Amino acid sequence: MKSAYTWGGILVIVFASVVGDILLARAMKQVGDVHALWRRAGLWTVVARILGNSNFLLGVGAMAVAFFSLLFALSWGDVSLVAPAAASLTFIGNAFAAKIFLHEKVDRRRWIAAVLVAAGVALLAG
Amino acid sequence: MLSHGMKQAGNISLHHLQGVILAVLNPWVAVGIVLLLAFFASYMNALSWADLTYVLPATSLGYVLLALVAKFALHEEVSPLRWLGIALISGGVGFVAGGPALTSHDHTPPPSREEREKDGATTEEVVSGGVQR
Repeated sequence: MKSAYTWGGILVIVFASVVGDILLARAMKQVGDVHALWRRAGLWTVVARILGNSNFLLGVGAMAVAFFSLLFALSWGDVSLVAPAAASLTFIGNAFAAKIFLHEKVDRRRWIAAVLVAAGVALLAG
Repeated sequence: MLSHGMKQAGNISLHHLQGVILAVLNPWVAVGIVLLLAFFASYMNALSWADLTYVLPATSLGYVLLALVAKFALHEEVSPLRWLGIALISGGVGFVAGGPALTSHDHTPPPSREEREKDGATTEEVVSGGVQR
Protein backbone atom coordinates (compact mmCIF):
# COMPACT_ATOMS: atom_id res chain seq x y z
CA MET A 1 0.00 0.00 0.00
CA LYS A 2 2.89 2.33 0.87
CA SER A 3 4.46 1.48 -2.47
CA ALA A 4 1.24 2.51 -4.27
CA TYR A 5 1.29 5.86 -2.43
CA THR A 6 4.95 6.38 -3.35
CA TRP A 7 4.43 5.64 -7.05
CA GLY A 8 1.25 7.74 -7.05
CA GLY A 9 3.29 10.60 -5.61
CA ILE A 10 6.01 10.08 -8.23
CA LEU A 11 3.43 10.22 -11.03
CA VAL A 12 1.95 13.45 -9.61
CA ILE A 13 5.47 14.98 -9.43
CA VAL A 14 6.21 13.96 -13.03
CA PHE A 15 2.84 15.22 -14.31
CA ALA A 16 3.12 18.58 -12.51
CA SER A 17 6.77 19.04 -13.59
CA VAL A 18 5.97 18.31 -17.23
CA VAL A 19 2.94 20.65 -17.20
CA GLY A 20 5.09 23.35 -15.55
CA ASP A 21 7.93 22.98 -18.05
CA ILE A 22 5.58 23.04 -21.04
CA LEU A 23 3.75 26.15 -19.74
CA LEU A 24 7.02 27.96 -18.96
CA ALA A 25 8.47 27.09 -22.38
CA ARG A 26 5.29 28.29 -24.11
CA ALA A 27 5.31 31.50 -22.05
CA MET A 28 8.91 32.28 -22.99
CA LYS A 29 8.24 31.62 -26.69
CA GLN A 30 5.33 34.11 -26.44
CA VAL A 31 7.59 36.67 -24.73
CA GLY A 32 10.25 36.20 -27.42
CA ASP A 33 14.03 36.43 -27.33
CA VAL A 34 14.73 38.00 -23.91
CA HIS A 35 18.15 39.37 -24.90
CA ALA A 36 16.80 41.19 -27.95
CA LEU A 37 13.78 42.51 -26.03
CA TRP A 38 16.04 43.74 -23.19
CA ARG A 39 18.24 45.67 -25.61
CA ARG A 40 15.22 47.10 -27.40
CA ALA A 41 12.90 47.97 -24.51
CA GLY A 42 14.84 47.62 -21.24
CA LEU A 43 14.91 45.17 -18.33
CA TRP A 44 11.63 46.27 -16.71
CA THR A 45 9.69 45.68 -19.91
CA VAL A 46 11.10 42.14 -20.01
CA VAL A 47 10.16 41.52 -16.35
CA ALA A 48 6.66 43.00 -16.82
CA ARG A 49 6.03 40.97 -19.97
CA ILE A 50 7.11 37.71 -18.30
CA LEU A 51 5.19 38.31 -15.06
CA GLY A 52 2.12 39.40 -17.03
CA ASN A 53 2.05 36.17 -19.05
CA SER A 54 -0.67 33.82 -17.75
CA ASN A 55 1.19 30.71 -18.98
CA PHE A 56 4.21 31.77 -16.90
CA LEU A 57 2.11 32.15 -13.75
CA LEU A 58 0.36 28.81 -14.33
CA GLY A 59 3.76 27.20 -15.00
CA VAL A 60 5.19 28.50 -11.73
CA GLY A 61 2.03 27.21 -9.97
CA ALA A 62 2.52 23.75 -11.52
CA MET A 63 6.18 23.78 -10.41
CA ALA A 64 5.04 24.61 -6.86
CA VAL A 65 2.63 21.63 -6.98
CA ALA A 66 5.53 19.43 -8.17
CA PHE A 67 7.71 20.65 -5.30
CA PHE A 68 5.11 19.98 -2.60
CA SER A 69 4.27 16.60 -4.19
CA LEU A 70 7.98 15.77 -3.89
CA LEU A 71 7.85 16.56 -0.18
CA PHE A 72 4.80 14.29 0.26
CA ALA A 73 6.34 11.49 -1.81
CA LEU A 74 9.55 11.71 0.22
CA SER A 75 7.51 11.20 3.39
CA TRP A 76 6.06 7.98 1.90
CA GLY A 77 9.05 6.50 0.06
CA ASP A 78 12.85 6.38 0.07
CA VAL A 79 14.71 9.32 -1.43
CA SER A 80 16.85 6.82 -3.41
CA LEU A 81 13.70 5.75 -5.29
CA VAL A 82 11.65 8.97 -5.45
CA ALA A 83 14.38 11.39 -6.61
CA PRO A 84 15.84 9.39 -9.55
CA ALA A 85 12.48 7.98 -10.68
CA ALA A 86 10.82 11.42 -10.73
CA ALA A 87 13.78 13.12 -12.45
CA SER A 88 14.19 10.41 -15.13
CA LEU A 89 10.49 10.09 -15.95
CA THR A 90 10.23 13.90 -16.19
CA PHE A 91 12.87 13.91 -18.97
CA ILE A 92 10.97 11.28 -20.97
CA GLY A 93 7.58 12.90 -20.28
CA ASN A 94 8.91 16.28 -21.41
CA ALA A 95 10.10 14.86 -24.73
CA PHE A 96 6.59 13.47 -25.44
CA ALA A 97 4.81 16.62 -24.23
CA ALA A 98 7.10 19.01 -26.15
CA LYS A 99 6.40 17.07 -29.35
CA ILE A 100 2.62 17.05 -28.80
CA PHE A 101 1.94 20.45 -27.23
CA LEU A 102 4.84 22.66 -28.38
CA HIS A 103 5.16 20.96 -31.81
CA GLU A 104 8.91 20.72 -31.35
CA LYS A 105 10.77 18.56 -33.83
CA VAL A 106 11.89 15.76 -31.52
CA ASP A 107 14.08 13.79 -33.94
CA ARG A 108 16.03 10.59 -33.26
CA ARG A 109 18.95 12.63 -31.90
CA ARG A 110 16.74 14.23 -29.21
CA TRP A 111 15.02 10.93 -28.28
CA ILE A 112 18.41 9.30 -27.77
CA ALA A 113 19.53 12.31 -25.70
CA ALA A 114 16.38 12.14 -23.52
CA VAL A 115 16.82 8.40 -22.88
CA LEU A 116 20.58 8.69 -22.17
CA VAL A 117 20.10 11.64 -19.80
CA ALA A 118 17.17 9.91 -18.03
CA ALA A 119 19.29 6.76 -17.52
CA GLY A 120 22.29 8.83 -16.39
CA VAL A 121 20.24 10.82 -13.88
CA ALA A 122 18.72 7.60 -12.52
CA LEU A 123 22.23 6.19 -11.96
CA LEU A 124 23.59 9.40 -10.43
CA ALA A 125 20.66 10.16 -8.14
CA GLY A 126 19.97 6.53 -7.17
CA MET B 1 25.04 25.97 -0.08
CA LEU B 2 21.39 25.63 0.97
CA SER B 3 22.15 22.29 2.59
CA HIS B 4 25.22 23.69 4.39
CA GLY B 5 23.27 26.76 5.57
CA MET B 6 20.26 24.77 6.77
CA LYS B 7 22.55 22.46 8.76
CA GLN B 8 23.94 25.61 10.47
CA ALA B 9 20.45 27.04 11.00
CA GLY B 10 19.29 23.89 12.80
CA ASN B 11 15.90 22.18 12.89
CA ILE B 12 12.79 24.19 12.01
CA SER B 13 9.46 23.03 13.43
CA LEU B 14 5.94 23.97 12.29
CA HIS B 15 5.37 25.62 15.69
CA HIS B 16 8.35 27.96 15.30
CA LEU B 17 8.09 29.20 11.72
CA GLN B 18 10.12 32.33 12.55
CA GLY B 19 13.07 29.94 12.26
CA VAL B 20 12.54 30.08 8.47
CA ILE B 21 13.15 33.85 8.46
CA LEU B 22 16.27 33.41 10.58
CA ALA B 23 17.43 30.68 8.16
CA VAL B 24 17.08 33.08 5.21
CA LEU B 25 19.39 35.52 7.03
CA ASN B 26 22.09 32.84 7.11
CA PRO B 27 24.64 33.91 4.44
CA TRP B 28 24.94 30.39 2.97
CA VAL B 29 21.14 30.11 2.58
CA ALA B 30 20.90 33.66 1.16
CA VAL B 31 23.62 33.00 -1.44
CA GLY B 32 21.97 29.64 -2.27
CA ILE B 33 18.63 31.37 -2.91
CA VAL B 34 20.29 34.05 -5.08
CA LEU B 35 22.02 31.33 -7.13
CA LEU B 36 18.72 29.45 -7.51
CA LEU B 37 17.09 32.66 -8.79
CA ALA B 38 20.02 33.12 -11.20
CA PHE B 39 19.48 29.55 -12.44
CA PHE B 40 15.76 30.22 -12.99
CA ALA B 41 16.47 33.48 -14.87
CA SER B 42 19.05 31.75 -17.09
CA TYR B 43 16.64 28.85 -17.70
CA MET B 44 13.87 31.27 -18.74
CA ASN B 45 16.32 33.15 -20.99
CA ALA B 46 17.39 29.91 -22.70
CA LEU B 47 13.76 28.85 -23.19
CA SER B 48 13.07 32.16 -24.96
CA TRP B 49 15.36 31.21 -27.86
CA ALA B 50 15.72 27.40 -27.72
CA ASP B 51 13.46 24.33 -27.61
CA LEU B 52 12.55 22.71 -24.28
CA THR B 53 13.94 19.38 -25.54
CA TYR B 54 17.25 21.17 -26.21
CA VAL B 55 17.47 23.13 -22.94
CA LEU B 56 16.45 20.36 -20.51
CA PRO B 57 19.20 17.84 -21.36
CA ALA B 58 21.72 20.70 -21.24
CA THR B 59 20.64 21.66 -17.69
CA SER B 60 21.31 18.07 -16.59
CA LEU B 61 25.04 18.89 -16.88
CA GLY B 62 24.46 20.32 -13.39
CA TYR B 63 24.27 16.71 -12.07
CA VAL B 64 27.65 15.99 -13.66
CA LEU B 65 29.17 19.17 -12.21
CA LEU B 66 27.79 18.28 -8.78
CA ALA B 67 29.36 14.80 -8.92
CA LEU B 68 32.72 16.25 -10.04
CA VAL B 69 32.66 18.83 -7.22
CA ALA B 70 31.80 16.04 -4.77
CA LYS B 71 34.77 14.00 -6.04
CA PHE B 72 37.49 16.66 -6.40
CA ALA B 73 36.50 19.40 -3.92
CA LEU B 74 34.76 17.42 -1.19
CA HIS B 75 36.85 14.23 -1.77
CA GLU B 76 33.75 12.03 -1.72
CA GLU B 77 33.79 8.54 -3.19
CA VAL B 78 32.10 8.36 -6.62
CA SER B 79 31.12 4.76 -7.45
CA PRO B 80 31.67 3.22 -10.93
CA LEU B 81 27.88 3.22 -11.42
CA ARG B 82 27.83 6.99 -10.90
CA TRP B 83 30.73 7.46 -13.35
CA LEU B 84 28.58 5.53 -15.83
CA GLY B 85 25.72 7.96 -15.08
CA ILE B 86 28.05 10.91 -15.75
CA ALA B 87 29.12 9.34 -19.06
CA LEU B 88 25.50 8.74 -20.12
CA ILE B 89 24.45 12.34 -19.33
CA SER B 90 27.50 13.76 -21.11
CA GLY B 91 26.77 11.56 -24.13
CA GLY B 92 23.12 12.66 -24.15
CA VAL B 93 24.05 16.35 -23.99
CA GLY B 94 26.59 15.81 -26.77
CA PHE B 95 23.87 14.23 -28.92
CA VAL B 96 21.40 17.08 -28.47
CA ALA B 97 24.05 19.83 -28.77
CA GLY B 98 24.96 18.59 -32.26
CA GLY B 99 21.49 19.41 -33.61
CA PRO B 100 19.61 22.68 -34.11
CA ALA B 101 18.60 24.59 -30.95
CA LEU B 102 15.21 25.74 -32.19
CA THR B 103 12.49 24.05 -34.26
CA SER B 104 11.70 26.25 -37.22
CA HIS B 105 7.95 26.69 -37.72
CA ASP B 106 8.55 29.12 -40.58
CA HIS B 107 7.54 27.43 -43.82
CA THR B 108 8.30 30.37 -46.12
CA PRO B 109 10.98 29.59 -48.69
CA PRO B 110 14.45 31.07 -48.11
CA PRO B 111 14.96 34.49 -49.76
CA SER B 112 16.28 34.51 -53.30
CA ARG B 113 19.73 35.84 -54.15
CA GLU B 114 18.26 39.11 -55.44
CA GLU B 115 16.25 39.65 -52.23
CA ARG B 116 19.27 38.97 -50.04
CA GLU B 117 21.40 41.40 -52.03
CA LYS B 118 18.62 43.97 -51.67
CA ASP B 119 18.64 43.40 -47.86
CA GLY B 120 22.20 44.68 -47.73
CA ALA B 121 24.33 41.56 -48.13
CA THR B 122 27.14 42.02 -50.62
CA THR B 123 27.46 39.71 -53.61
CA GLU B 124 30.58 38.14 -52.09
CA GLU B 125 28.68 37.29 -48.86
CA VAL B 126 25.82 35.73 -50.82
CA VAL B 127 28.22 33.66 -52.94
CA SER B 128 30.22 32.51 -49.92
CA GLY B 129 27.18 31.05 -48.20
CA GLY B 130 25.38 33.93 -46.50
CA VAL B 131 25.76 36.58 -43.85
CA GLN B 132 26.76 35.33 -40.42
CA ARG B 133 24.50 36.84 -37.78
